[in-house]
Amino acid sequence: MVTLKSPREIDAMRRSGKITSSVLTELMKAVRPGISTGDLDAIAERGIRQAGGVPTFKGYNGFPASICVSIDDEVVHGIPGSRVLRDGELLSIDIGTTLDGYVSDSAATVPVGSVSEDARRLMRVTQECLTIGIQQMEPGKHLGDIGAAVQEHAERHGYGVVRELVGHGVGRAMHEDPQVPNYGEWGTGLELRAGLVLAIEPMITQASPKVRVLPDGWTVVTADGKLAAHFEHTIAVTENGPRILTLRDYAEDPATERYRPAREAIA
Amino acid sequence: MARRRGGRPSRGKKASAEKAAKTATPKEEAIEVEGTIVEPLPNAMFRVELTNGHRVLAHVSGKIRMNFIRILPGDRVLVELSPYDLTHGRITYRYK
Repeated sequence: MVTLKSPREIDAMRRSGKITSSVLTELMKAVRPGISTGDLDAIAERGIRQAGGVPTFKGYNGFPASICVSIDDEVVHGIPGSRVLRDGELLSIDIGTTLDGYVSDSAATVPVGSVSEDARRLMRVTQECLTIGIQQMEPGKHLGDIGAAVQEHAERHGYGVVRELVGHGVGRAMHEDPQVPNYGEWGTGLELRAGLVLAIEPMITQASPKVRVLPDGWTVVTADGKLAAHFEHTIAVTENGPRILTLRDYAEDPATERYRPAREAIA
Repeated sequence: MARRRGGRPSRGKKASAEKAAKTATPKEEAIEVEGTIVEPLPNAMFRVELTNGHRVLAHVSGKIRMNFIRILPGDRVLVELSPYDLTHGRITYRYK
């Protein structure tokens, strides 16, 4: 069932989103060769709990950690552990917070040390996909517009759009209806209305969009072993257009590895 | 965290299961009649007016669904009626 959120609920989700975004920023800055994915998970859990939130992922369908870490050909849902990051790897971090019963969900892909030009391009295009998807979130547009916009942008660059995994509604639960595919047709699907809160999360692969799940039951990898990137925000549709609830204080451009202060969207 | 895409099971699989069941247990002969779509109803059901004047509730057969054939009011269709319940039928063919 699709539920619309009142402005008050959206404000509550923004408070949740602020924790998610600030901890994600902290994690992105902590990424460097030599740090283990388990270390990042510890930073995340501590950060979320210190801010008064609860890590949404922990225990979700049995997921053992507070964040998902996905390296190189891992698309999403990698489990943090003893693996140590090495220079040149591509790391996706996915994180969720529950605060006062409201969930926020966000993800970003960052380079570990210096990465190849191809990897940078993949990151840049995937982030652009997210931005373009968010731009579709106007009242009166359709769910299919989001997918179509993301798909067109990714495929124009020769990249693949993962079909098996989709974005989702967010609210009191992490995964609410509707499902938000990163592919679709213009003008089709549910009409967007103010109060709808969605997690848009393009999962873009370098070549073939085919993926498989590793025996751990969680980690999703590209079938051809090529790189994948993943960016995600939790966004509310408002009368004034999209409001990003997990907007970070610093706009992160992984292609330049520079962090520059961002303007808060409609606060 | 990405959601695993869920939803309706693949139509192809379902149809083949139906077919297997059919060959395993030969059914009673269905009555085939022609009719015209009167109105579309929810759940891919239609009200069909048969050539004999009766109006029956008919759903779209799995085979016709697999091919994404659109059925609109006014279309002439072939309906299979169950000999047990003559008010319900299955649309098996849409005339062009």
